[in-house]
Amino acid sequence: MLLEEHLGKRLLAEHGIQVPVSSVVSSPAEAADAAAALGLPAVVKIQVPAGGRGKAGGVRVVSSPEEASAVADELLGSTFGAFTVSTLLVEQRIEHEREHYVAIADDPLRRTPVLLCAAEGGMEVEELERTAPGSVRALPVSLIDGPDPQEVAELVLGAGVAAGGCDRVVETLLRLWRCYVDSDAELVEVNPLALSAGGEVWALDAKCALDEAALARHDLLGELVAQQRPARAETPESAAAAQGFLLVSLDGDIGVVANGAGLTMATLDVVQHYGGSVASCIEIGGDNYTKGAEAVELLLRDGRVRSLLVNLCGAFARTDVMAAGVVDALLANHRDLPTVFSIHGTGSVEARALVRERLGISAARTMDAAVQAAIDAARGARV
Amino acid sequence: MSELVPAPGDGVLVQGITGRQASFWTAKMREVGTEVVAGVSPGRGGSKVDGVPVYDTVAEAVSEHGIEWSVLFTPALATAAAAVEALEAGVEHLVLLAEFVPRQDTLRILEVARQRRAVVLGPNTAGLVVPGACSLGIMPAFDREIFRPGAVGVVSRSGSLGTLVCLELVSAGLGQSAFLGVGGDAVVGTTTREALMALAGFDRTEVAVVIGEVGGTMEEDAAAAVRALGVPVVAFVAGRTAPPGRKMGHAGAIVSGGRGSAQGKVTALREAGAVVVETPSELAAAVTRAVGRRGGR
Repeated sequence: MLLEEHLGKRLLAEHGIQVPVSSVVSSPAEAADAAAALGLPAVVKIQVPAGGRGKAGGVRVVSSPEEASAVADELLGSTFGAFTVSTLLVEQRIEHEREHYVAIADDPLRRTPVLLCAAEGGMEVEELERTAPGSVRALPVSLIDGPDPQEVAELVLGAGVAAGGCDRVVETLLRLWRCYVDSDAELVEVNPLALSAGGEVWALDAKCALDEAALARHDLLGELVAQQRPARAETPESAAAAQGFLLVSLDGDIGVVANGAGLTMATLDVVQHYGGSVASCIEIGGDNYTKGAEAVELLLRDGRVRSLLVNLCGAFARTDVMAAGVVDALLANHRDLPTVFSIHGTGSVEARALVRERLGISAARTMDAAVQAAIDAARGARV
Repeated sequence: MSELVPAPGDGVLVQGITGRQASFWTAKMREVGTEVVAGVSPGRGGSKVDGVPVYDTVAEAVSEHGIEWSVLFTPALATAAAAVEALEAGVEHLVLLAEFVPRQDTLRILEVARQRRAVVLGPNTAGLVVPGACSLGIMPAFDREIFRPGAVGVVSRSGSLGTLVCLELVSAGLGQSAFLGVGGDAVVGTTTREALMALAGFDRTEVAVVIGEVGGTMEEDAAAAVRALGVPVVAFVAGRTAPPGRKMGHAGAIVSGGRGSAQGKVTALREAGAVVVETPSELAAAVTRAVGRRGGR
């Protein structure tokens, strides 16, 4: 999960990387006070966990407290992608001469972490790679031994950073490495990394993506994450996620329950292939295979669902266990909903028998037949 | 191929064997002929699961049995320590089943594996199957509607979709030379390209099937190997309709910044000469046509 900039900067600062003095505010009056206290001009930046803020007008330079207040009034409550802006960062403006790009990510094909450096920072890295291919240099690093300072220096010089600033950029990358390892991060990126005329290095932005799978072993990171305000309003997705389910809400009229990420995605594809459209889908694979009933209840909060497609292909997740949960929920609360089953794999003989006995319907012979029946049922229900 | 599937007689260890799922799947793996010779469960040494002796450490198991492979049923946060323990005890092939292994744990495991020239499948894989010979993991290898010995090599990121595809193949009268699940994480030990090349190198394989999904660049990377493979490739890429910016269940399945889209993968595979089908149900027919073309040559 991507941390908001101000939280990412706290991580950087804890690892000795210099960040501008700043305040987090949530009202125009606080923004004006902060700008006055920090000195002018100052920078006002929306705090949402997403990139591309500058281009969208979410980063502004203000030259008076009144302007800070007006800008804050404009930005607070505005929407940025899926997020509503509820906090702003008011920050000292740092005079500087050069802007570089540094980051640590992983390279899935090499299967190692990589240090990344480009001499030209400031724009999104995807754009940088598009406009100046080859300008982002990468150094694979051993997670066990850590980076070799000499190799990091070669990376930085090779990327075209002027020799005068090289040492400071190398030092920052080595600190960034500690930050990456200590935080169990998936990505730490500073863009831009600014160099002042006096030779000072400043992280003017921070993009830190933590690994949700690792949060349980980092108390301090957990506290940091807890501070990230719920930037999205409650959605069907977030309600399901709170109960440990993946639910994806789309814009059609068919509800899909499937097990496993690949099968769920393929089910959406096949529904579209036959001209249907999915309202919402929920996945019950992995450890959720015993929670079919809960999944159906979460899914059917979506009032747009006119037919239900249950697509099970069991391996680890036994289809008889999954089907029993689904059938329980249908019999308890959704007897009238047209439902189609496709059942294959582990436990399928028992699962098909169970559906026949308890619901009085037969599972479709193939997934494609089930998809087509679900589409027809949704159409029939609409008429 | 020898590197990516067990050779006849290879001994298999099950780490975490006393867990409920692990003991269930140990019996299932043995049912299809897998040589499960030992299990490890710290603190449970001396007991037995399905007749298989259990040890406290991998080193003890290795000292008593010939062990070439280990299947790890360990919880996500315990997987790195267990995997490194197995590698340091000299086990050369690991199958990591756990989902939600932290990314840096995976990178650490893979670094130790590289140093020791060991093979890792996963994490977040359903495992591998050689129909008629063995199964390492949680695929329904015992189900004759889904797995039969044959000539189709299947590589899949997903266990559930892989299962469906194997079922379609058997329904069409085909069978598999092997199934390799590479796993749904963003970083995995064996890539789709490596698995594809191993399958193509297997004598029995006449056609290879690639089940990809959105996210990452493994399918594009695999496409680069298709032309020189020596066997035709039929592929399906799941997630064409997946909305961008959302993880679709697998940690690796996310389209972001225009990267990882299904369309890019489909195009790369088609340009390399693979047949890419629109739905999983079209796979079997496409495979049959590919076998026919090959046979007619």
